[in-house]
Amino acid sequence: MTTENNGDQDKMETTTTPSSLSSVASSSKRKVINTKAMGTGLEARGVHAWFGNHHALADVSLDFAAGTVTALIGPSGCGKSTFIRTLNRMHEFIPTAAMAGQVILDGKDIYDPSIDVTKIRLQIGMVFQKPNPFPSMTIGENVLSGLKLAQLKTENKDDLLEECLVKAGLWNEVKDRLGAHGGSLSGGQQQRLCIARSLAVRPQVLLMDEPCSALDPGSTLRIEETIEELSSSMTIIIVTHNMQQAARVSDYTAFFLSDGGPGQMIEMAPTSEIFARPRDKRTENYVTGRFG
Amino acid sequence: MIPSSVPTDYSSVKPNKPWQASSKDRAITAGIFALSVLISSVSVKLTGFSGKLGFFASFVIIFIVITASREYLRFGNALAKDTFVNTLVAVGAFITVIPIVSIIYTVVSRGYKGLYPGLFYRDMSLNAPNDPLNVGGLGHAIIGTLLLVFVALIISVPIGILTALYLTEIKGKLSRPIRFLVQAMSGVPSIVAGLFIFSAILLPITKDNSSLLGSLALAILMVPTVARTAEEVLNLIPNDLREAGVALGGTQWRTVAMIVVPAAKSGLITAVILGVARIAGETAPVLLLAGGGDKFNYNPTSGPMGSLPYYIWRSFGAGSEEAIARAWTGLFVLLLIVFALFAAARFLGNRKVGK
Repeated sequence: MTTENNGDQDKMETTTTPSSLSSVASSSKRKVINTKAMGTGLEARGVHAWFGNHHALADVSLDFAAGTVTALIGPSGCGKSTFIRTLNRMHEFIPTAAMAGQVILDGKDIYDPSIDVTKIRLQIGMVFQKPNPFPSMTIGENVLSGLKLAQLKTENKDDLLEECLVKAGLWNEVKDRLGAHGGSLSGGQQQRLCIARSLAVRPQVLLMDEPCSALDPGSTLRIEETIEELSSSMTIIIVTHNMQQAARVSDYTAFFLSDGGPGQMIEMAPTSEIFARPRDKRTENYVTGRFG
Repeated sequence: MIPSSVPTDYSSVKPNKPWQASSKDRAITAGIFALSVLISSVSVKLTGFSGKLGFFASFVIIFIVITASREYLRFGNALAKDTFVNTLVAVGAFITVIPIVSIIYTVVSRGYKGLYPGLFYRDMSLNAPNDPLNVGGLGHAIIGTLLLVFVALIISVPIGILTALYLTEIKGKLSRPIRFLVQAMSGVPSIVAGLFIFSAILLPITKDNSSLLGSLALAILMVPTVARTAEEVLNLIPNDLREAGVALGGTQWRTVAMIVVPAAKSGLITAVILGVARIAGETAPVLLLAGGGDKFNYNPTSGPMGSLPYYIWRSFGAGSEEAIARAWTGLFVLLLIVFALFAAARFLGNRKVGK
């Protein structure tokens, strides 16, 4: 099977565009929130972020309950990506970055100096905006790369490989060519490979930074299905510019906005409420498409 | 329309490339070429532009002018300028290739005379450069060059790559001064490196020639080249990959070792090749430190060691017809060795990851 064929397969599936956002929200199939998922979720308390002197994010406090999907929406430059990167300590990789506040996982602040930061990133996985499979590795090696990077042992690599690829919705497309390069896949397949790669280290929380922004509608649909399946076993936080997507996949939605100053979290509520009855006028303007 | 079940027959449609030069265009270009040759031969006769160089220069100018004028008449100003610049660039590339081809041609045509099987396993300990070409050999010089380069490689590749990793991955406070020093070092003349090792190690400590000292001097020359090229290559690796590795719970060291370096592998090999190219033909430090010998010496730590550049230098110095032929043969062999190293490195660098 060639890459082109798979790309076509992706494109053949179409998503249905909702006629209005509120109707989508009310018909959202994810009303029952599973609170029996593992872990205790994640909690941000008074998080601020700076780049040099630029105050990018101010005083964000959010609770992410275990087993829920939370969508972060808002116009570009409002600090959503910055916020999500503070949640697994990726923020500190920008040389001028600084932060304040606490992020609590299992009752402990992940910024506590006594914490092993690599363990934190194992528990809080991340999927990036651009698919970034490791170019020097095969598909199989890519999926299991987290184990090698973190020097984890696993009893049966083949089972884990299959499990992760099945969960990411990629197994049927790649099971016959696990030895091929990750770069030989189409963009949507690469992104699902990156999701499978994050799952292999069994995180409690999965952060997704606009995972579908570079993908066609077919691949987007597959990834949304993947998110839905994963949400029974982990906490998912997804940044998205696509409000239909937020409505489709999330239990809760948080709206971020910057009014020229630092980005702030305006309101967080169950997704159906955010889209049907937002409390804040600015949220309403945004979700109804009046600006942004 | 309902698609018919019979596959449409497209066999009458032929693939075509209308944007390519037709045979008519080629004939016109050949005509312009001939016309330019004609005009420039006349101008060489009549004007101050004389000799081969004058002919070449006037030919280039006339060819470009005629080609551009034709394009001006056909399509106007913009396309004429485009053609003018394109032709100029093509001519520039051609001029670049001339000395390379010329050097290779000269070395091969003069060097092949001295080739005979014994050349590769005999040395010059019992022969002078002026002896007939079927005695003696440069086996000792090949061994010497390979040992010098190999030891220099072992010393400088780890240092060079670690320096590059410091500059690109750790980005410590010393990055700027180190980058500056590395750039300044890459301009150091080879004799300076040679004299440095000579006065710092050979005179006060070893008091004897050895190829190890020569390799040390060569390593001084090679480290900046390897470090600079490796730095550029590592900078090309997208930051996404580093972030992805760290986000999967890897430490910085494991991310660099498992993801960044493998992704940059072929570029890093190129860095090593460029480093080897910098030192393979060096004569001055080798002469000063390895001493230059005429017999086989497999021990890098003691005794004079021959090398191909030394062999060439000595043979040219002897002056007789046989000696000059020996020098050209030495050049030929040096060229072959450098090409072989390049080919081997390219092969290693382009291999795909294993199954």
